[in-house]
Amino acid sequence: MEVTTKSMPYDAWKDNEYIESLVKELQANGTNVVVGSFDKLINWGRSNSIWPLTFATSCCGIEFVSLGAARYDMARFGWEVARSSPRQADFMMVAGTIVKRMAPVMRRLYDQLAEPKYVIACGACAVSGGPFKKSYHVVMGIDKIVPVDVFLPGCPPRPEAMIYAIMQLSRKIKVERFFGGVNRKENQEAFLKAHPIESLED
Amino acid sequence: MAELKDTIARIFPEATFEDGHILTVCIPDEKWHEYAKILRDNTDLGFDFLVTIVGMDWKDRLGCVYYLTSTKNNSHLSVKVTTDNLENPMIHSVADLWHIAGIFEREVYDFFGIVFIGNPDMRRLFLDIDWKGFPLRKNYDESEDNNPVSTENERQSDYTDTYVELPDGSVEKRQTRVFEKDDFVVNIGPQHPATHGVLRFRTAVDGETIKKIDVYMGYIHRGIEKICEKLTYPQTLHFMDRMDYFSGHPYHHCLCMTIEEAAGIEVPRRAQVIRVLMDELSRIASHCLFIGTFCMDLGATTMLFYTLRVREQILDIMEKTCGARMTFNYGCIGGVMQDLAPDFVADVKALLEVLPKNIKEYNKLFTGNVITKNRMEGVGYLSKEDAISWSVTGPSGRASGWACDVRKTDPYSIYAELDFDQVVKTEGDSMARFKVRMEEMEQSARIIAQLIDIIPEGDICAKVPKVLKLPVGHWFRTVEGCRGTFGVYLESDGSTSPYRLKLVPPSLTAAAAVDHITRGNKIADLITIGGSLDYIVPDMDR
Amino acid sequence: MFDFSLLTEWIGNFLQETLGLPAWLATTVECVGVGLALLLVYSLLALFYIWYERKLCAAFQCRLGPDRVGPWGLLQSFADMFKMLIKELISLNHIDKFLFALAPYLVILASMLAFAVLPWGKGLQVINFNIGIFFLIAVSSIGVLGILLAGWSSNNKFTLIGAMRSGAQMVSYELSIGLSVLTMVAFAGTMNIVELVEAQNNLWFIFSGHIPAIIAFIIYLIAGTAETNRGPFDLPEAESELTAGYHTEYSGIHFGFFYLAEYLNLFIVSGVAALLFFGGWMPLHIPGWDGFNEIMDYIPSVLWFIGKAIALSFIIIWFKWTFPRLRIDQLLTLEWKYLLPINLFNLVLMVLVIVYNFHF
Repeated sequence: MEVTTKSMPYDAWKDNEYIESLVKELQANGTNVVVGSFDKLINWGRSNSIWPLTFATSCCGIEFVSLGAARYDMARFGWEVARSSPRQADFMMVAGTIVKRMAPVMRRLYDQLAEPKYVIACGACAVSGGPFKKSYHVVMGIDKIVPVDVFLPGCPPRPEAMIYAIMQLSRKIKVERFFGGVNRKENQEAFLKAHPIESLED
Repeated sequence: MAELKDTIARIFPEATFEDGHILTVCIPDEKWHEYAKILRDNTDLGFDFLVTIVGMDWKDRLGCVYYLTSTKNNSHLSVKVTTDNLENPMIHSVADLWHIAGIFEREVYDFFGIVFIGNPDMRRLFLDIDWKGFPLRKNYDESEDNNPVSTENERQSDYTDTYVELPDGSVEKRQTRVFEKDDFVVNIGPQHPATHGVLRFRTAVDGETIKKIDVYMGYIHRGIEKICEKLTYPQTLHFMDRMDYFSGHPYHHCLCMTIEEAAGIEVPRRAQVIRVLMDELSRIASHCLFIGTFCMDLGATTMLFYTLRVREQILDIMEKTCGARMTFNYGCIGGVMQDLAPDFVADVKALLEVLPKNIKEYNKLFTGNVITKNRMEGVGYLSKEDAISWSVTGPSGRASGWACDVRKTDPYSIYAELDFDQVVKTEGDSMARFKVRMEEMEQSARIIAQLIDIIPEGDICAKVPKVLKLPVGHWFRTVEGCRGTFGVYLESDGSTSPYRLKLVPPSLTAAAAVDHITRGNKIADLITIGGSLDYIVPDMDR
Repeated sequence: MFDFSLLTEWIGNFLQETLGLPAWLATTVECVGVGLALLLVYSLLALFYIWYERKLCAAFQCRLGPDRVGPWGLLQSFADMFKMLIKELISLNHIDKFLFALAPYLVILASMLAFAVLPWGKGLQVINFNIGIFFLIAVSSIGVLGILLAGWSSNNKFTLIGAMRSGAQMVSYELSIGLSVLTMVAFAGTMNIVELVEAQNNLWFIFSGHIPAIIAFIIYLIAGTAETNRGPFDLPEAESELTAGYHTEYSGIHFGFFYLAEYLNLFIVSGVAALLFFGGWMPLHIPGWDGFNEIMDYIPSVLWFIGKAIALSFIIIWFKWTFPRLRIDQLLTLEWKYLLPINLFNLVLMVLVIVYNFHF
C-alpha cells in the first residue's frame, strides 16, 4: 500500500520502509470491511486535522513561528489552529532544549494532551541534547521522558523540514487503525509503564 | 584611570589594586557593604550601575567580581571580594544598594554556593531546590547519577531563606514566606503563551490587580558557562547564537572581541565593517520580530505577519552569506567565517528601500490605534533611577531616559566613526519602549546605508594560530546586543580553554524588573509589560 | 418571489389529510423534522463559518489559508470535525462533574434556540410569534450561564478568571444590544419577526431610519462583537493571558461545542443585524425603481438572508484580525461610559424621528 499525502509523490518520501513495515504489522491481523472503511474515513479526518500545541522553549520555536507566517504558511495544511490548552491539541512539537527542570513540566503537558496524541522531537536538542551534550542540566533526548513519533534533526530545522516532519506524522496517522487491531497505543502504554511517574499527587 | 585609582586609594585605605583594562579593586568582605555604599553615593565616584556580579572559584578561595559603571562619569570599575572559607562561604550582600544585586547574588549562590548575608531572598535561581552540588565549582560532580532526570512534579517551597548577621558577628538563618498566607496566587508559566518561552511567574493577585510577582527561571538553563570551560576558544563561539537567538551576530562580536583583545589579534577593516553590517541587520530583524510578537500579545495577530515579511527578507540576506537562517556562527576569532555573498550589496539596498515603507505601514496599522494607546500609554512606568538600579539596559532602558547605548557610551569596532543617533525617550512606559525600538530600526538602517557603499576590500580574517592559547588574566567586554548590554567576562589560566567564561545577558535584568514594574497593574498589563521589555528566556537562563 | 409558506403548508396538509394523522402527531412529526433540519443547517453553517474565518484571516495576513483538503480547503473543517468527534474526553479529578458536563450543552442550547427564530426566508421560520425579537434576546443570554459554569466547574484559576470576565462583559453588553434593538423595535412598532421584515418592504431600516438607525447599527455591531466574545473583545479566552480562557479544561467534542457555538453566535449576531437593519430576507428595494426591484425579487429570499449575514460577519471578522485586545476595565468603561449614554440618547432621538415623521 502506497501511503502518501496530496501534493507529495510516494517516491519523494525518505523512509518508506518504515511506513511499509508499519502497514504490514497492521494488516497482519486482518480487518472487516465495514470497520475498515470507517477507519479510512476517520483517519482521513485525523490525518488532515493536526492541531499543534503552542509549546516552544528556544530557537526552534521561532522557526515554528516562521512556519505559520506568510512564506511557509502551515495553514495550507490546516495546522494553523495552534491551541494553547493541551487538552485541545493533537500533537506537541517539542521545539527546543528540554532541561531537567523542564522535564516534569513537559511530561505533565504530555499527560494533559487528549488521546490520540503525538510528539515530534524538533531540533537537535530535543532529539539528543545536540550542542549541549556536555551539559549537566540538559535532558539528552526527550525520548527518555515521552514516546516520540517523529524525530526532526536540525539546529534549528528549517520551516520546510518542519512541514516535512508534520507530513510524515500525518502519513503515520493515516495508516493507523482507530478501531481495534495493532495500535500504537499499546507501544505507548508499554513506554509509559517503563517510565512511570513516581508520584502524581497534585 | 589613574585619577580614579587615587580617589579610591584615598577613601579606602584597605583596598589593593590590580591593573587591567578596567581598574580592579580588592576589598575585604567585612568592609564591602560599607564601601559599596560609598562607591554608589560619593559624587566623585557615583557607581550607580551594577553591570554584573561574576562568581568565581579560584580553587583555593571563592569570591565575586563586581563590575560597576558610573552613568554620570562614564567610568568603569571592578571590585573583587573573596572568601577563604570553602565549606561555608559567605559574603555581605549589596541587594539593598542596587536592586538588581538581589538576583545576581541568587545566581552566584546557585552556581557557587556563596551565601550573601543580608539578601532577603536566598533561594536557588536556575536549579531545582533539591539540586545536589553547585555546578560551576571546579570540584562539582557532573555524573548523571548525582542529579538524574526526574519526571516527578517539581518540588517547590513557599518559604525563602534569609541570612542575618547578629550584633555579635554570628550569622543566623531565618525563613520567611514568599507570599502572604491568604494571597490568591496564580501560576503563569512555564508553558504559557504570554511568557515568551519557558519563564514562570507566580503572581499574587487581588481581583485582576497584581500584588506581587515571583519570577522562576531556569526552565531552559543549559549550563553554557560550564560547557565552555571544557571547550577550546573557537568552539565556545557557537553558543552565542543559541542564547539570544536574534542577537547572534552582536553576541559573536562581543566574545570574538574579548578573545581578540586577550590574544592581541588585529581584525582587518573589511571584517570590522562586515561585523557591524551584520549587527545592524540583525537588530532590524530582531526589532521586527519584537514588534510582531508584542502586537500579537496584545491581540493584534495580523501585525506579526506583516513584520515577519521584512524579517524573512533579512534572513534571506543572512542565509546567502552565512548559510543559516538563525544560528549563523558567522563571526570567528580574527574576523568572519566567509566572505559576503556576491549579491549582498544589492539585496541590502533592496531592503533599505522597502524598510521605510514598512515602518510607515506598521505605524498606520498599529501605533495610532486608540486601543493600542489605551493599552500602552502610562502602563508599566519605569523611572530612570529604577532603570539604572535594576540594570534594565538596551531599548527598554533608553525608553526611561537612560542613554545607555554601548555603541555611544563606549564605542567599539568602527561605531565611533559612524553617524547615528541614540534614541532616548523619557516617558518610561510601554509605549516609549515600543517606539524606541521602532525608531532604532531607522537608525540601524542609517548605519547600514553609510557602510553599504564603502565596504573596503581586503582580508576577512586575520592570521590566528591553529591552537589558540590566551595569556593568564581576565577581560571584560560589553557590546550593544539587540536587547541591551551584553557582556563577556573571560578569565584565562593560560590553557586552550577558558578558566571561566561568564556571559552577562540583558534579558535577565529585564525579567528581574518585571515584579517591580507590574505592581499595582492589571493581569492584562503583565502581558503588555513583559512584551515591551522583550526578554528572551534562553538568553537569561543561558 | 417564492413563498416558503406554500411548502410548509403543503407538508402540514400532507401529514394531516393525506396520511390522516391526528393533529398532535402531525405537530410532533413537524417538530422533529424542523429540529433535524435545524441541526443539519446549524452544523453545516458552523463548519462553513470556521472555513470562512480561516480563509479570511489568511487573506488579511497575506497568506493562503487552508487549500489542501478538498477544493479551496473546503473540506478542512469536516476533517476537523471528524477528529474532534473521536478525541478523548478527559475526565478530571477534583471538579464538579455534573456542571462541567452540563456547561457546553447550555452554550450550544442557547445558540440553537436563538438560531431557530431567525427569518430564513419568505414564509420560512420555525414559529411566528409576536415577541420574536424579545425571545431571541432572552435565550441568547442563557449562553453566559454556560460559560460561567464552565469556568467555575473546571477548578482552574485561569478558567475562573475567564468566566468572571465573560460574565461581566456579557451582562454589560447585553444592555447595549437590548437598547439598540429597542430603538429599532420602536421604529418598526413591532416585535414580531415576520412583521419586522415586512415593514422593510419599501426600504431597509438602515436607510429609512437614517441617523438614529445608523447609530444603533454601529452600537449593535460593537456590542454584538463583544457579546460573541470575539476580538477585540475576546478577553474571556484571551490566548496570551489566560491560555484558552473558560474552556481551557475541555477536550474533544465538549470543546467542539464551544468552538461551534462561537461561530454560530457570530452568525446569529450578524443575522439579527441583517434582520433589524438590512431587511432580513427582504431583497433590496428602492422606491420608484420598479424594474430593479423586480429583478432583485428573482434572487431567492434564503440567499438574501444568508448573504447579508455572511457579509456582516465579514466586518466582525475584520475587527478581530485588525484590532488589539482591550483590557477588562477599558472594556467596561467603553460600555458604561460611552455606549450606554449614546444609546439612551439615540433612543430619544429615534422617538423624536418617529413622532415628527422625519423618516422616509
